Amino acid sequence: MGNHKRPPLRLATGKWPWTPLLASLIAVGFAPAGHAQGVLDPHGPIAAAEREILLNATAIMLVVVIPVIVLTLIFAWWYRASNARATYTPDWAHSGRIEFVVWSIPALVILLLASVAWMSSHDLDPARPLASSLKPLRIEVVSLDWKWLFIYPEAGVATLNQLTVPEGVPVEFVLTSTNVMNAFWVPQLGSQIYTMPGMTTRLNLLADRKGDYAGFSSNFSGDGFSDMRFVVHAVTPAAFSSWLALARSQGGSLDAGAYSQLARTGSDVSLKSYRSVEPGLFERIERESIGAVAPPMEH
Amino acid sequence: MLGKLTWQAIPFNEPPAIAASGMIVLIILGLLALITVKGWWPYLWNEWLTSVDHKRIGVMYVVLALVLLLRGFSDAIMMRTQLALAAGGAPGYLPPDHYDQIFSAHGTIMIFFMAMPFVIGLMNFVVPLQLGVRDVAFPVLNSVSFWLTAAGALLVNVSLMVGEFARTGWLAYPPLSELAFSPGVGVDYYLWSLQISGLGTLLAGINMVTTILKVRAPGMSYMRMPVFCWTALCANMLIVAAFPILTATFGMLLLDRYAGMHFFTNTGGGNFMLYVNLIWMWGHPEVYILVLPAFGIFSEVIATFSGKQLFGYRSMVLATLAICVLSFMVWLHHFFTMGAGADVNAIFGIASMIIAIPTGVKLFNWLFTMFRGRIRFEVPVLWTIGFMVTFAMGGMTGVLLAVPPADFVLHNSLFLVAHFHNVIIGAVVFGVMAGYYYWFPKAFGFTLHRGLGVLSFWCWFIGFYLAFFPLYAVGLLGATRRMQHYADLSWQPYMIAAEVGAIVILCGILATIAQLVVSIRTRESRRDLTGDPWNGRTLEWATASPPPVYNFAVVPKVESLDAFWAAKQQGTVEPAQAYPAIEVPRNSPLGFLTAFCAVISGFALIWHIWWLALLGLTAAAIVLVVFGWRPRIAVEVSSEQLAADERARRQSMVPA
Repeated sequence: MGNHKRPPLRLATGKWPWTPLLASLIAVGFAPAGHAQGVLDPHGPIAAAEREILLNATAIMLVVVIPVIVLTLIFAWWYRASNARATYTPDWAHSGRIEFVVWSIPALVILLLASVAWMSSHDLDPARPLASSLKPLRIEVVSLDWKWLFIYPEAGVATLNQLTVPEGVPVEFVLTSTNVMNAFWVPQLGSQIYTMPGMTTRLNLLADRKGDYAGFSSNFSGDGFSDMRFVVHAVTPAAFSSWLALARSQGGSLDAGAYSQLARTGSDVSLKSYRSVEPGLFERIERESIGAVAPPMEH
Repeated sequence: MLGKLTWQAIPFNEPPAIAASGMIVLIILGLLALITVKGWWPYLWNEWLTSVDHKRIGVMYVVLALVLLLRGFSDAIMMRTQLALAAGGAPGYLPPDHYDQIFSAHGTIMIFFMAMPFVIGLMNFVVPLQLGVRDVAFPVLNSVSFWLTAAGALLVNVSLMVGEFARTGWLAYPPLSELAFSPGVGVDYYLWSLQISGLGTLLAGINMVTTILKVRAPGMSYMRMPVFCWTALCANMLIVAAFPILTATFGMLLLDRYAGMHFFTNTGGGNFMLYVNLIWMWGHPEVYILVLPAFGIFSEVIATFSGKQLFGYRSMVLATLAICVLSFMVWLHHFFTMGAGADVNAIFGIASMIIAIPTGVKLFNWLFTMFRGRIRFEVPVLWTIGFMVTFAMGGMTGVLLAVPPADFVLHNSLFLVAHFHNVIIGAVVFGVMAGYYYWFPKAFGFTLHRGLGVLSFWCWFIGFYLAFFPLYAVGLLGATRRMQHYADLSWQPYMIAAEVGAIVILCGILATIAQLVVSIRTRESRRDLTGDPWNGRTLEWATASPPPVYNFAVVPKVESLDAFWAAKQQGTVEPAQAYPAIEVPRNSPLGFLTAFCAVISGFALIWHIWWLALLGLTAAAIVLVVFGWRPRIAVEVSSEQLAADERARRQSMVPA
């Protein structure tokens, strides 16, 4: 799909006065966490748009859901058997008008939400490149049992369990998996996507502010799954360049053999980096399933 | 000789596991000893184990569900405790290999062996009575269905003591569930248990669809059927359409695991995305198989206790049919994050949302049934109102998850876990609990203790909100499902709150057990002699409580919707003039024995004991030939007997 221009999402904050209200209501629920993180604290345009959709769609539905809940309680109370003042019509069981209304209300809500779903599915398609004047940074992601490998093909370096990206620069992730399915997810940056062996998925994200963001696998992949965490360091472009220079000067080199070795080691939560990466390694992992071995048994 | 089975299969090195399973074995042995000493075997064998009476089978389904609820709930509370502890660097008390089995078993048991038997049991008990007929279309098959389900449940629990259970999650996605990554017997326990019980469910579905389409009282046209029968019809049509997909999918995974094939493997041209699609083509309709009958129960309850006909009957029927059809068109919403592309995601997202329309209509119709009614706040009404409030929220988060970009940040998080518990507890569990209390007096002839029922409701209701609303919040913070520990200490308060919620739900379960015990002990004072304790509207209330084996001495003639209510209004509930003799189906051990063979074969296949598997299958075939072709299949109830029964019932109904 081309990167054609599309107007921004039509549901901007200003038009929906209840959205900030809802957001503050939700914030109360997060008091134990100190401050909202995760999905409700976006640090990139994709995550921000998704939060917007979340709140708008909730607000649209609450317009119906709250009255239904309130009416349920009021009807139950008022028409209790002991209330002699309430009308009782035992044989009244049909009304064309009411039935027309009860089909129409949910239909209208869904019509509205369906248009939100259609537009936003296209605007926020994970494979769709982000509109930006900057050239996107390509990062190849490989999930292994149980760790994350990130390859920077242009710079020819790779890292384990840590990801450094420049702020404000679109990042184009291409993802695959060594042997079982995982999912790559950094909640504060936005969409998650599955990583699958023998296949490539695509994800475009952008960090618009400096910071460290938690990332992890969100699809269960076996005993070491809970430790498949990584941190995304979003740094200034200058700091990113110096980090790249540093990465090129330290660590081992990653070729097919070293990769197969890595795949075989099981759970690994260490932070590593590789000064050089065999060109085309990612494609070989995806197409030839090199390193696709059973994970070592934990016990 | 014994395939893969060795002494190492028994978890001697895990004291908690061996203690728990040892205790279960002791309890079972104790029960068997008690039955033997008391000489209850003939009664059990003749009245229950070989019974082909739909009412007895329905009761056994519900008993199975209640027992497995305890097992599934123990798993739940163990998980919640683990997550309340394992924050920061703490490892908790369950290592990953154990924890992974527990969450996989929890999902499998709660869906296949708690919710399904509960719902099927209530349909089995109620539908023939509501249709005004004497049994289901195929009574012996009904017994086979039940016992196959019980066989599957037994095998799942054997995995506690011998070997291990799957460590893959309740849907066992390949490649993780393939031999290369799950070489143990856990996935095989999962697959064979569900193949056996799935066959039982399919047979039950065929039986129920045939019954509703072909076996109805004279005058019971489709548009005079109670809404519960409509929802049962739709749910069972879904069973008939969806369960073969499940069987085929598991069959392919079994071929991969046992015969080295490549349906879903990473190598040899396999593709696991096929499995993910297929399993949800079954899995999404499954949700509606569970929830439609629950909707039916709420419809019956709200009409009965509001003293009013259900509002918008035709809309209800139409909405049920719409949900039935649409439920097959939305499976992809379970994996929007697989990268299908914007058009596909959007179309499946919108299709999923459309289901909210007929569902919303149902909610409004229950609302307008209460409107200008005269509501008696009996226990089933509490469950119904609790459902309406809870389900409105669960439906909302469901529609939210149907918006693909929202799903991109909610999928596989604890928000998702909170959502499906919100609908499964809020609708299915609340529904079957309402049905349990509502139809209990019909099944046993005495009512349940009201106070303990009210207590149970409030514990479940409050416990649910405490247990799952924190999960919505912590899911938004980025907590994902199936994690065994987590780094972020700020999540711990939510996890502790959820643990407290689970304990409150435990109190609800204990209240239900206490309610059963107290009610049985005080049954003489809570007898229902009228057969109609709630001033009911449908035909199950027209006969005695408990109904005689033939249900109705004379098959009722139906002239309108809410047939029994109409008869009471017109004062036409009169004794018949003559009672023609009735043939009732004879007991058959076919179901029990087939299931016994299935357990043996299933166990043998799991452990690769080929000779035993063959022996079990041969035995099953012999049982089928011997008991499937019996010369005498029915017993006659004479017309004198019927007249005497009816006279006795009329006399007991006269207030002393």
